[in-house]
Amino acid sequence: MAAATSVWRQPSILPGFGIALGITLSALSLIVLVPLAALALKAASAGPADILAVATSPRTVAALRLSFLGALFAACVNAVFGMILAWVLVRYEFPGRRFIDAAVDLPFALPTAVAGIALTAIYAPNGWVGSLLAPYGIKVAYTPLGVMVALIFVGLPFVVRTVQPVLQEMQADVEEAAALLGAGRWRTIFTVILPPIYPALLTGFVLAFARAVGEYGSVIFIAGNVPMVSEIAPLLIVIRLEQFDYAGAAVVAMLMLLISFALILFVNLIQARARRRFGDV
Amino acid sequence: MSVSVTIESIEKRFDAFAALRGVSLDIQPAELVALLGPSGSGKTTLLRLIAGLEQADQGRVLFGETDMRDLSLRDRRIGFVFQHYALFRTMTVGENVAFGLKSRPRGQRPDDAEIRKRVGDLLELVQLPGLDKRYPSQLSGGQRQRVALARALAIEPRVLLLDEPFGALDARVRKDLRAWLRDLHRRTGHTTVFVTHDQEEALELADRVAILNDGRIEQVGSADDVYDHPATPFVCEFLGEVNKLPVKVVGSQAFFGDRPVLGGLSQNQGGQAALYVRPQHLRIVDDLPLALPGVVEHLRRNGPLRRAEVAVQGLAKRLDVDLASQVAPAIGEHIRLRITHGSLFAAA
Amino acid sequence: MSDAALPQFRTDTAQKRDTRRVRGEGVVVQAVLITISLAFLALFLLLPLVSVFVEAGARGWTAYMAAVTEPDAVAAIHLTLLVAGIAVPFNVVVGIAAAWAIAKFAFRGKNLLISLIDLPFSVSPVISGLVFVLLFGAQGYFGAWLKAHDVQIIFALPGLVLATVFVTFPFVARELIPHMQSLGSADEEAALTLGASGWRTFLTITLPNVKWSLFYGVLLCNARAMGEFGAVAVVSGKIRGLTNTMPLHVEILYNEYMSAAAFAVASLLAGLALVTLALKTLLEWHYSDSIAASRRH
Repeated sequence: MAAATSVWRQPSILPGFGIALGITLSALSLIVLVPLAALALKAASAGPADILAVATSPRTVAALRLSFLGALFAACVNAVFGMILAWVLVRYEFPGRRFIDAAVDLPFALPTAVAGIALTAIYAPNGWVGSLLAPYGIKVAYTPLGVMVALIFVGLPFVVRTVQPVLQEMQADVEEAAALLGAGRWRTIFTVILPPIYPALLTGFVLAFARAVGEYGSVIFIAGNVPMVSEIAPLLIVIRLEQFDYAGAAVVAMLMLLISFALILFVNLIQARARRRFGDV
Repeated sequence: MSVSVTIESIEKRFDAFAALRGVSLDIQPAELVALLGPSGSGKTTLLRLIAGLEQADQGRVLFGETDMRDLSLRDRRIGFVFQHYALFRTMTVGENVAFGLKSRPRGQRPDDAEIRKRVGDLLELVQLPGLDKRYPSQLSGGQRQRVALARALAIEPRVLLLDEPFGALDARVRKDLRAWLRDLHRRTGHTTVFVTHDQEEALELADRVAILNDGRIEQVGSADDVYDHPATPFVCEFLGEVNKLPVKVVGSQAFFGDRPVLGGLSQNQGGQAALYVRPQHLRIVDDLPLALPGVVEHLRRNGPLRRAEVAVQGLAKRLDVDLASQVAPAIGEHIRLRITHGSLFAAA
Repeated sequence: MSDAALPQFRTDTAQKRDTRRVRGEGVVVQAVLITISLAFLALFLLLPLVSVFVEAGARGWTAYMAAVTEPDAVAAIHLTLLVAGIAVPFNVVVGIAAAWAIAKFAFRGKNLLISLIDLPFSVSPVISGLVFVLLFGAQGYFGAWLKAHDVQIIFALPGLVLATVFVTFPFVARELIPHMQSLGSADEEAALTLGASGWRTFLTITLPNVKWSLFYGVLLCNARAMGEFGAVAVVSGKIRGLTNTMPLHVEILYNEYMSAAAFAVASLLAGLALVTLALKTLLEWHYSDSIAASRRH
């Protein structure tokens, strides 16, 4: 037993490893791993034909496409504006800066259902913003555009919060070196300041994307939930569940998880490569 | 291509803190000048002002005859080596060195083949041939420092500025690089200014040393000048260990108590003064005239040097005496010391 | 000699432009970027938040009070507090245990363990609820057994707690782990060599060292636990007065076109969010050194 332990961990004079790891693994297994395994089992039990039928049904494909493309679009918007926000918050001094800095985290703290009904109220045709857009024929609420608005909201803090610390820790000397070597401001920004930020930007992008793909609460109110048009994949799961089609729900859920994990893994590989090359920090 | 640098009565404040208060300095073309001082003395601020990274409140910096402020950063052509090198970590060594050349406006930009050749030559010059595909994170500290230098040299600078060039390196590498840098300077002949807080480094490397204290230049001169003829007590103390003796000057002699300790003073300063004597300028003698009696209380070894600590009546602090080529006395022995060289400063 | 090569021009504007260009952008660029940022935040953050309170007050104070004090609303508030009151302490215990094991010991598979703890973050809330329905629902793997023994998990409090614990599982651990890792084990080793017991070392050395990041984690964990919607929606069954949490109650009211009442209950949750945000910001300002991962979520 003692020999077996030493293969798995280095000896330490600190006590409590066994009980701490025991609690962790028990809770992790009972709460997370076993339930997810049940999901995989249920999805697999449907049989290849049924799985294929669910996976290729137009409604599933449409819902998955909306969830993933919508999340991708929202993450892109958040990447651009999050980058600008982080830049402004770190580099510029203006009244209310600290207040705004704190407010960026609102989507983390505000329950999604609250965000959902609030966004709907604003972007509905008779809402504060919706009524301004309506004369131009732009409908936001109850359309795929509404889905994007909700997904932008929930993913907003991620890019800001991952880019901000990197920007903060960036030393002035690199910028000064570039300027002294004769680079103009734009060249300095695009060749010297931004490249070290890309890994953080990518991390924020992926976090915002992952969050948006699975988002439910803030979306269902504003989406209108028209099948094939503005119905997101998580809602499709709920609908199948309400019809007691457990296997169908499990298959859609597994599809979502597999696509998400594949994307996250891919991005992590890119990150790891960049880190090996440019060093950490 | 090197140029003279004239610094004219520069003043610079950071909020309430006066970093530089009226600094002037002439630097000759191809000269190697050290800015030496303790931290907070303003030496780095002065270097950044020369580079144009800071703007002076008063005064100006001339390159040759041209006010530096009339030039854009690019046209100033300053090679600046940052204390922590500021290498671009997402670029290879080669890309780092080529950065300045590629930043030139289209008309003046050398073609790719030319840039490649120049990068190769520069890496050769800094003794890092073939490392152009590496990333900064894959280099040692000394290598990074030389890449930073190659990058600065790539723009064919008029002036080369180095901020604590060896500060972040360990002692061995530091010594090697010091000799190498002096050699490089002899070959390339850039007007060079470097900042350091290490007096040994400044004295060994520089043609002239400017010693800064509290935002002012205390003294400028060759290593021998400043070391042997310090203009102020601060310079004397900052450049090396020194013994202090309160003396009274009468005529051409300095008296410690009623005992004459130093003669042949040409300038008639008269009155109370402080006599600064370095440990190597105290000699154990047998004869009486102009000698200070004392008791050896302690012997110690400091690298190659042996040191005696000698108690002298009427002096609270023991005198440090270098025993370089002298016969070592025994502890408790009564000896006499003659001052072979000293600096006299009127008492404040 | 080389001076002739220097371009000769001297204007005041050249001087001014020049120093600014070393670092930073012109005033105009700054103003544009700040305006874009503020407009973006106003559109996506500020307006929704303000609208919650405006809509909540649309029918006046009496209607507002009626909406938040009617029995179903009160039951929802109680249930929300109860679920969070169970889920948060559970995650605190597990989070501390996980952080202790991961930060203080070197063992194989540590990185895998960290990834698994973070896993619930990348799972849709709906799926987080679904997995428990698949296990404990009427047609789930344990459904028949549970029915035979008259144990109700789905559409009851246990299901709500399980789904909430799943969703909030990583919060405490992921605040504590990086902080405890950065602190190292020297303090604990010193305490042990001075004769303190392991338990005493933990209580008097480790816990005080990480108290602010623990509080930070609890804060975020609690906000999510009370506000969770997707996961509990799936397992709740939405029985009024029984299995309806506050967010679910908001949904029901909203879907029944009782908009003002829905926003009234929502305003309580928004208030909770604002308090959370304020506390979080205070922690970040005053204890930024002792909150290791204060800027990452």
